[in-house]
Amino acid sequence: MNSEGKGLMTTNTSDDGGFVLDVEGLRMRYGTTDVLREVTFRARHGEVVALLGPNGAGKTTTIEILEGFRMRSAGRVSVLGTDPAHADEAWRARVGVVLQSWRDHGKWRVRELLAHFGTYYVPYATDTVRRPWDTDELLAAVGLSELAGDKIRTLSGGQRRRLDVAIGLVGRPELLFLDEPTAGLDPRARHEFHALVNRLAAEHRTTILLTTHDLAEAEKLADRIMILSGGRIVADGTADELARRTAGADEVRWTCGGRRFTHVTAESTRFVRELFREHGEAIGELEVRRASLEDTYMTLVHRHGSGGPGGPGEAAGAGDARAAVTSR
Amino acid sequence: MNAMNAMNARAAANPTSTALRAGWSRGVIELRQSFTNGADLVSHLLWPVMMLTALYFMRDREFGSSGLLLGTLALPSILGMNAAMGMVTMSQVLTAEREDGTLLRAKATPGGMRSYVTGKVITVAGGLVADLAILLIPGMLLIDGLAAGSAGSWLTLAWVLALGMLATLPIGAILGSLFPSARGQGLIQLPVLAMIAISGIFYPVTSLPDWLQTIAQATPIYWLGLGMRSAFLPADAVTVEIADSWRHLETAAVLGVWAAVGLALAPVVLRRMARRESGSGVAERKEKALQRVG
Repeated sequence: MNSEGKGLMTTNTSDDGGFVLDVEGLRMRYGTTDVLREVTFRARHGEVVALLGPNGAGKTTTIEILEGFRMRSAGRVSVLGTDPAHADEAWRARVGVVLQSWRDHGKWRVRELLAHFGTYYVPYATDTVRRPWDTDELLAAVGLSELAGDKIRTLSGGQRRRLDVAIGLVGRPELLFLDEPTAGLDPRARHEFHALVNRLAAEHRTTILLTTHDLAEAEKLADRIMILSGGRIVADGTADELARRTAGADEVRWTCGGRRFTHVTAESTRFVRELFREHGEAIGELEVRRASLEDTYMTLVHRHGSGGPGGPGEAAGAGDARAAVTSR
Repeated sequence: MNAMNAMNARAAANPTSTALRAGWSRGVIELRQSFTNGADLVSHLLWPVMMLTALYFMRDREFGSSGLLLGTLALPSILGMNAAMGMVTMSQVLTAEREDGTLLRAKATPGGMRSYVTGKVITVAGGLVADLAILLIPGMLLIDGLAAGSAGSWLTLAWVLALGMLATLPIGAILGSLFPSARGQGLIQLPVLAMIAISGIFYPVTSLPDWLQTIAQATPIYWLGLGMRSAFLPADAVTVEIADSWRHLETAAVLGVWAAVGLALAPVVLRRMARRESGSGVAERKEKALQRVG
């Protein structure tokens, strides 16, 4: 295991021609239901990819398979050049998983726990990647320096989440998994978290795969967005590319004679011209809204079915996203 | 840190020894935590204080016509029982920490599982030894008639305790891996209480019917109790035991068999349990646990 580990460590920068994640025909079946069907995608070194979808779409299942925490039913999966189902500890050292802590290690102090988890990565340091991350530097990076001596059970939800991120990062992973990272965070904590992820991607070239059902979050953080619905990837591209997919569904709003009107059209410019020719001065409060990521999302997710009983959570998620998108 | 130091640090740290060292420090840190916070301290002291109180009131009572005092008989027996309770502690800790995600965190860390198990053995065994001292030291001042003066007593205590922990801790780890929730853990108490009742802890096993004596002799609790009595009771007290003998060979054999079975099975069961851990599993158990509370 020792010599294998060293071999892996020296060849850790280029995997499969630059693909950190390489998934082909991934299938997951529980009993007779397929939770994932023919999921295929790749991610390059340094890319931030968001897996977007309603609850029950298979986001968590996908990420757990890639983390090596769950066995798949079929398909080929390569993470950092290795099949996570048969990966060793040296592979584990290059992968960061941000877990949603609940009440584990409650009696430990913040700095003590982070320093402890750092020691596990010492044998996996290389000439290019110094492991672990310096504890105090990392505490500062996630904004927990002032709480270093506090017991973990006294932290607030947002503080705990930042500690979770710090533990996921302490081994300086080449690839980081974030499953619903901002669920339950207040707007300010969410903002700080977004800044942290952006910094990681920019300064450390960490490849990041995150799942979310928040469109605004995906748009803000990710270089690329994949929409997962009903166990399939139904769209894959940048936020702009996805928004353009439903081009032709611009929304025109105006008032005329004290009444509000809304019209959806493929050719908003011509429509507006016609509108003025017909009503002239009577038109007020004109507003043309280009098709957005949200429109694509709603169309795709609606067309492909929501993939199971998402229920209230799903509706709330979509609602949040709508509010976030339109208020910008 | 310059490049030279980095190289040295790496050469000194191979993954296995790193995991074991991390496990050791994890064990020591958690042991220290359990003696420096109020709630844990109470649980360390409560049981010994209750036992000592009971022993105090039993100390002048004679057992039958043997001339032995009941308190003298009971103290080493209780030590043996407490030593066996490490099994229950281990099992409870594993289930609770699977539920709260500690184990998943270990799984997400290189060498984490090995270090986690090492740490748990140190915490549980260390806590156990401390608890035994908390009971034994005041007990020796309170109870007359113990034969604790010789080096032989302490040697016997050492090997019986070490072998006893080897026999009981792996079994505890197996039980802890099999129970799905902390709530299910409550069930484990019943057979353990039954085992205590028939194992000659509070009353010599020779006063029980033969068939119960046979069952008792299959449990590690009986042999731990016997081993402790052999360490601390005067030689003539052996007359209350089965076959009028301390049966050291048999003690080593039975505890050895338990240890061998436990050590062979525990890694398999632990690995199987760990393989199934995932974030959604922890989230699901969290939901369930919160529903129970709310």
